[in-house]
Parts: sequence; C-alpha cells; structure tokens
Amino acid sequence: MIVAVASGKGGTGKTTIAVNLARTAGAPVQLLDCDVEEPNDHLFLSGNLEQTEIVNIPIPEVDEDLCNGCGECGRVCEFHAIVTFGSAPLVFAELCHGCGGCTKVCPTGAIREVDKRMGVIQTLQDGDITLVQGLLDIGVAMAPPVIRAVKAHMEPGATTIVDASPGTSCPVVTAVRGTDYVLLVTEPTPFGLHDLILAVGMVRELSMPCGVVVNRVGVGDDRVHDYCRAEGIPILAEIPDDRRIAEAYSRGQLAVDALPEYRSLFEGLWQTLAEEIGKTSPNHSKDEDAKL
Amino acid sequence: MRVVFTTSGDSLDSPLDTRFGRAPKYLVYDLDTETFEVVGNDDQIAMAHGAGIQAAGLVARLAPDAVVTGHCGPKAFHVLSSAGVKVFTSNAATVAEALELYRSGSLQEASGSDVRGHWS
Repeated sequence: MIVAVASGKGGTGKTTIAVNLARTAGAPVQLLDCDVEEPNDHLFLSGNLEQTEIVNIPIPEVDEDLCNGCGECGRVCEFHAIVTFGSAPLVFAELCHGCGGCTKVCPTGAIREVDKRMGVIQTLQDGDITLVQGLLDIGVAMAPPVIRAVKAHMEPGATTIVDASPGTSCPVVTAVRGTDYVLLVTEPTPFGLHDLILAVGMVRELSMPCGVVVNRVGVGDDRVHDYCRAEGIPILAEIPDDRRIAEAYSRGQLAVDALPEYRSLFEGLWQTLAEEIGKTSPNHSKDEDAKL
Repeated sequence: MRVVFTTSGDSLDSPLDTRFGRAPKYLVYDLDTETFEVVGNDDQIAMAHGAGIQAAGLVARLAPDAVVTGHCGPKAFHVLSSAGVKVFTSNAATVAEALELYRSGSLQEASGSDVRGHWS
C-alpha cells in the first residue's frame, strides 16, 4: 500500500498525519519525505540521519570547436535553457531539466552531458520506520529530480507513506504519481477550502483516488465538509483542534506518543485507507508513473 | 547602426515598453537609412519561465548594435552582452523620445542588469 499525503495549503498538518501514520502502522513502514525544500519528518523520529547519495542531473556542455551554430539545441529545449544566435549556444543550467534532448539533436556531437548537483538523499531508521528524505541544495530551484531520487528507494510491496510538499505544482505531482491513494489534509477554513479545491483538481487531473483528512476541526466553518459531501469525496478522519497536539508538535513529539488517546484515530485511519484502496482498481496510475 | 527599442506599438510615437523580455514588440531602427521595422515578441509574452533569455536570443539574432529598454534582467543581459549588443536603459515615454536621447549620446550604457531575476 502506497499512500501519498498532500495538501493544497501549507501548514494544514501533512507532516503530523504522515509521521503519526508511520508510527501506528504496526509493521515495517517506509516514510518518504518528498518535501525536499524543507524535509521535517525526521524531527519527530529518533536515530541519526545518514547521507546515502548525491542527486545530479545531466546538463549540456558545449564544445565550441565542434558547434556549427545551427541552433537545433535551442529549438528542441522545452525549458528555454539554451539560447542561440548564430554562434555557440549559451546554456542556463538553472533552467535545464536534464532531459538530454539537446545532446540527441546536435548534428555535430558538440554537446556532452556533465553532472549538476541538485541535492542529497538521507535515511534514518527508527524502529519499524525507515525514513528516506530528499534535501534540495540551497540555491537549487528544481525539486522533482530529488523527489524522483527519493521515490527510487520505494521497496516494491512495502507499506509506504509519501509526504509531499504543499501546493499543486510539479513537486507535488512528482511526489503523488504512482501512489495508490492521495490523502489530502486540510483545515476547515476559507483558505483550507480554497486550496483543497485546487488539490482535488490536481488529483482528478491525474485520475487518482483521494480522500480528505480535516485537521483542527472546531475552528473555521462547515464549508470544507459541505464541499466534500457535494463532490463525493470521503472524509477519512477528523482531528480536533486540540492545543495539546500543537504543544507536542512544538517539542518534536508525535501526537500518538504524547497523547495515546489519539492512537486509535490513526489506527482507524489505516483501516479506512485499506478499505478505500480496496475499492479502487489496482495499478491505476502505474503507467502514469512510468511516463515520468 | 541599428538600435532595438522595446515597445507595445508600431510607430515611433508608441510607448517605450519598460520590460525587455515580455515587451510585446521590438522596433528595430536603422540610424543610417532612418527607417524601421517592427518585430513581434509573441512567443515570449506568455512563457512561464525563460522569457528574458529567449527574447534576448531573438533580439541578438536581429544583430543590432544596441537595445534601449526600461529594465533588463540578469539572464537577458548576459545573452545580449555575449552577443555583443549594448544595453541602454531609459525612462523615456516614447520610442521617438528614447531615440533622440540615444542619438544625442545622453543614455548611459548599462554595465549589468538593473533589476533582479524573477526567482531571486
């Protein structure tokens, strides 16, 4: 079972849900922190992070002696990372996605690929939980290559939680693709609802099943609940607006450890997830993932 | 001697556009023949990223001696200077006004970008 934890809005409780789910899995579980700009699942776990690999993408390097200035590389570049004006091209490495298209179309073989470092992969073992996290290098603006490197650690058949970054753009799409189910965490506020609608739109675009966890129930209003009912999106769990959860969080403690009464809520969420995933057809999004 | 002006119109009376990469049009003025042509920048206007770079590539391929615009970012400046195109910034209201300032030598050549990139 592979569950992605995502949200439109930031700060709704993705990390809270992801780490508490991991702790209550009751069996070995992989926790993949794909919020590579600021991975923080590790703050709630014990054990030391170890760096296991460096993530690179291949970027073009032009041999000006071989280049005939034809401009094919610039025309093929979907990301506008190469510009030509009758001479050897200029490469803007920070815009390059490492697709290799320029290298393939160059008729004179003037382009070779060199590694550009994007970030690192780190792992940590805490009891049954195997954490794998990506950490984007400072100054790097492109998260998906590091997210893909984190997801490459996914063990086939293992129970896996993928913690995505907030939003609905490329990093989130990269994180949730290929998972069995997307858990959208929101809060019952106008901002929570607005961004939940965006997140549902993204998930539907990917033809993936999703359900909602409403966090901090008690604040705000009923519009998130009304929206979910109207759209036929199941609410799989509701977490009350309990100050003690925030206090435990601020100390780096898991809610299910500091407040054992919440254990059953997360165990129940696992059960509901298994039922929801059982309703969906298998391998619905594996083809999508292969295309990535 | 050819000079490119960023603009939203088709004549010398048109406004000088303050943006380089996302300017709707480039007016290419030939100071020797005192004629001009207007080149559209349609491909770049709606581009999510890299408009400045590609616009600079477009302008560089026109092979002018200089560009007069409102502001120029770091990547566009890098492309233009690599292509040997001088960049002048001006807050003139119209292309004609900017052309006069250029002719009289009262525009200062930019030695680097005068605005930051859009993701820094």
